[in-house]
Amino acid sequence: MSAVFENVTCKFCGCLCDDIAVEVEDRRILKAKRACPNGLGMFLNYDPTLQSPLVEGKEVEWDEAVSAAADILSRADSPLIYGLSSTSSEAQRKAVELADRLGAIIDSTSSVCHFPTTLGFQMVGGAACTLGEVKARADLLIFWGCNPMEAHMRHFTRYSANAKGFLTPNGRRDRTVVVVDVRPTKTAKTADRFLQIEPGTDYEVLTSLRALIKGKDINEPVGGLPSEQIKELVQMMKTCRYGVAFFGMGLTMTAGRGYNVAEIFALGAELNQYTRFFAMPMRGHGNVAGADQVITWLSGYPAAVSFARGYPQFGPGEFTSVDVLARRETDAALIIASDPMAHFPRKAAEHLERIPAILMAPVTNCSSQVANVILPTACYGIDAPGTAYRMDNVPIRLRSVMQKVRPTDEEMLMRIMEAVKQ
Amino acid sequence: MGNLFSLITGRTIGQADGLHKGAGSEAHLKATALVQICQEDMNRLGIKEGDIVRIRSNAGQVEAPALKGDLPTGILFIPMGPTANELVETDTLGTGMPPFKGLRVEVERI
Repeated sequence: MSAVFENVTCKFCGCLCDDIAVEVEDRRILKAKRACPNGLGMFLNYDPTLQSPLVEGKEVEWDEAVSAAADILSRADSPLIYGLSSTSSEAQRKAVELADRLGAIIDSTSSVCHFPTTLGFQMVGGAACTLGEVKARADLLIFWGCNPMEAHMRHFTRYSANAKGFLTPNGRRDRTVVVVDVRPTKTAKTADRFLQIEPGTDYEVLTSLRALIKGKDINEPVGGLPSEQIKELVQMMKTCRYGVAFFGMGLTMTAGRGYNVAEIFALGAELNQYTRFFAMPMRGHGNVAGADQVITWLSGYPAAVSFARGYPQFGPGEFTSVDVLARRETDAALIIASDPMAHFPRKAAEHLERIPAILMAPVTNCSSQVANVILPTACYGIDAPGTAYRMDNVPIRLRSVMQKVRPTDEEMLMRIMEAVKQ
Repeated sequence: MGNLFSLITGRTIGQADGLHKGAGSEAHLKATALVQICQEDMNRLGIKEGDIVRIRSNAGQVEAPALKGDLPTGILFIPMGPTANELVETDTLGTGMPPFKGLRVEVERI
């Protein structure tokens, strides 16, 4: 007999769509109605059966695996706790506690994603809104250096371009969509206006927009855009009813990084002299925003935090994972719900092959191949409940659609902490 | 230098689908071991679709089949994954973020 669970939250990406109908039979998910291909992939490919933990490739009892993990972490001089973006906020909280106890460095996948957004936000602050407001009110949507058609596939229908809301009853017809990018992405092809800028000129174009808003004049092309096009965009921004600039890796990964983001946050805030305007990062993994939130509550900083001195220290470029690994400044790693071997530059990933590593994750991934201890935990949002933060920093409940037989990340972290204390 | 390009890495639907099947899976490797290049640059370098090209950065080099991409001249696109990771350098300029976009690379046909 199959059972259908309505309004289940998909925790694959930062959209956290909470309207999925999941059909379950014999602890396998048969269907995930309304999920996008990414969400569907997550729901259908997860195998919730209990699996033995592995130590050095051998199946062992859970007690032995916990003690092996605790042993690795206790012996290390400078352990790194990394990942956290696909686990629950409850588990994130325990991870910070463990980092504090160990004197470890803790860093999330934000590090290779929207960490420059944090740096930009720290520089200039920002005006924030929720996706509910965007759905109800926004008539101008700017997508800058992001490609939701391939990365956040239901963003348009649930929250932005096509969503029908209180003041936007006609959905797409009530909104103007502008895409700024260096290439004509799938998202650009759906836009009312596509402004193709030269690579690496985001900072210049954003600064020009700010200058025009402040009443300066510009008569030369910037970033390959004629000044008329830039002025036209400024006019659209100043006269819209409610505007939002969503931005992605096109700003955070290119030259300028945090400075690009500081410009778009400043631009959003300054436009409030004329209308309501906001800037919002398109957060990638389901609970990467939660990692920022939780690490900040507990340490004062969102990522790249070291507890080595007994108190939290923030170090962009110093305690960020790629730097720590590339400089070989860590001698053990606890990887939680992420896959640095698949996503880090080769030189950084290589160090994970040299040092003892523990992987706590619901699925096998590239990092499984280098981990000395593997702890196959439950998948939050499928066989374990928990909390995750959407890209607009709204916490959303992750439901479970079946009884769990695997331990959760939170439980595992508590057991490791107990073993470390002993 | 005629064959210097700026490399952009990023997500694609195929890459994400491959990840669900496992980051070490055939589907993931296939979706990420490719390089997109625009028609004009392909003509200039005498590359045909499917030709294997060598891409070199300060961090390393890879060989991958070339695919025609909807890109401006001078830009290459490789989906995020093991092929791109060989090329991405680890100097984060104090930001934690490696240059996943806008990386200088050289391309040659082999």
